[in-house]
Amino acid sequence: MNAAKWRKIAIITLTHIGFVALWWAAVVFGEVPEYILPTPWQALKTLEVENYNWLTHFIATSQEIFGGYILAVVVGVGFAVLFSWSKATDEALMPLLVTLNMIPKVAMAPLFIVWLRFGIDTNIVITFTICFFPILLNTVRGMREVEPDLLDLVRSLNGSQWQIFTKIQLPGALPFIFSGMKIATVLAVAGAIVGEFIQSDRGLGWFMLITQEALNTDAMVMALLLVTLIGVILYGLVLILERMLVVQDARME
Amino acid sequence: MENPFISLKNVRKVYRTRDIEFEAINNVSLDVAEGELISLVGPSGCGKSTLLKVLAGLHPHDEGEVNIGNQTTPFDPSKDIGMVFQQPLLLKWRRIQENVQLPAEILGLPKKAARERAKDLLNMVGLKGFEDKYPYELSGGMQQRAAIARALVHDPKLILMDEPFGALDAMTREKMNLELLDIWQKSQKTIVFVTHGIQEAVFLGTHVAVMSPSPARLADHFKVDFPHPRKLDMKTQKKFGVYTRRIYDLLGMD
Repeated sequence: MNAAKWRKIAIITLTHIGFVALWWAAVVFGEVPEYILPTPWQALKTLEVENYNWLTHFIATSQEIFGGYILAVVVGVGFAVLFSWSKATDEALMPLLVTLNMIPKVAMAPLFIVWLRFGIDTNIVITFTICFFPILLNTVRGMREVEPDLLDLVRSLNGSQWQIFTKIQLPGALPFIFSGMKIATVLAVAGAIVGEFIQSDRGLGWFMLITQEALNTDAMVMALLLVTLIGVILYGLVLILERMLVVQDARME
Repeated sequence: MENPFISLKNVRKVYRTRDIEFEAINNVSLDVAEGELISLVGPSGCGKSTLLKVLAGLHPHDEGEVNIGNQTTPFDPSKDIGMVFQQPLLLKWRRIQENVQLPAEILGLPKKAARERAKDLLNMVGLKGFEDKYPYELSGGMQQRAAIARALVHDPKLILMDEPFGALDAMTREKMNLELLDIWQKSQKTIVFVTHGIQEAVFLGTHVAVMSPSPARLADHFKVDFPHPRKLDMKTQKKFGVYTRRIYDLLGMD
């Protein structure tokens, strides 16, 4: 790693530490009571409370986020590929999907509960619904973004549609797919938590509602930190995958 | 011409949309011998790019005859065409070597031989040592040289170039002209070179075909009587001026 990269890492670390320090200082020097905002340490201390079942909630929320997200990537990219292969399907379904995208996905949650009962599966569906569209729309755009001259080049050699797809279209669409996937990471976290707010019997979102009743703000803040951690892990994995699959120049930052 | 490699007779091509018919080329007849480098020059909209697409078999023509190949050199339209465009259009996610191999891959040619050939060609176009670089690490001129190597990798008999140096700065362009002549002489391919640079057309071409718009047609076709290898000082000679003048006159640009 070169100096510029180390510098970047140093800055990122410092701003994060700085943020926590600021939070800490604000609570201590502002004499904020713990039930309004705990210090980072007070929040961390709640991890020791066994009754809180942190691991169960962490796993449940992770399952919802990752499950819904991965499903959205597979189905979203799948539909986009289908559209690029069949113009008729594209013309028939795309406008409908754009309209459906306008439905506030969060507002669908009460309906999903009626349809699917409650539980982790329902929250996976909610997360999927909210992540699906940005991935689909970005991938569709990427698939269309092929240089006509490049198609001519392949066609002048009697190249097949499959060759065009595997050698040019799909790798060319990858930066767009990742762009959609990055947008969807944030939505995935929000989707799972909203699902848990509306209905659930476990998960970090549900846990926040429960601890709110007892005004255990320290536990609520800790739950929030853990949700954020799941989001950061998801985003990090996507970035690593992008780094492996997309050449630096083509990445959309 | 006896035994031409490319023979066009009264070729007509019309583009149709729902209400408009647009005549892209009208009544073009032209013979090109094997190993010629013919410049196709004319202003925008004169149909030169269309003619190139007809030659590439990408667009069917409406009337007339298009024949490529002869008894001594048979021509397979699915294998024997190499194309170079105004943009290098290298695949960003492939290394230069892998980019050059693309046509061989599409044709399913043996991989090992293709690799060797790509390497030799990169050497020939002056990109030795850049095999493992990505396109973004190369300058525009270098990328275009890689694109030329790509057009040659499957050893096609006909190279079609559509304003390949149009996006380069003037000095790089002159340098690339010299290099193209060198590549042409070494590879002995038949090249159809579309350009709207009048000087470039004369400097490069063994022959020049001038196309003029509205209606799109072939206005002139002549041999450029300069020996090879050519050097840039050819442009300062009186005869060179006579040729360019002839084209300017034809296109009403005097």
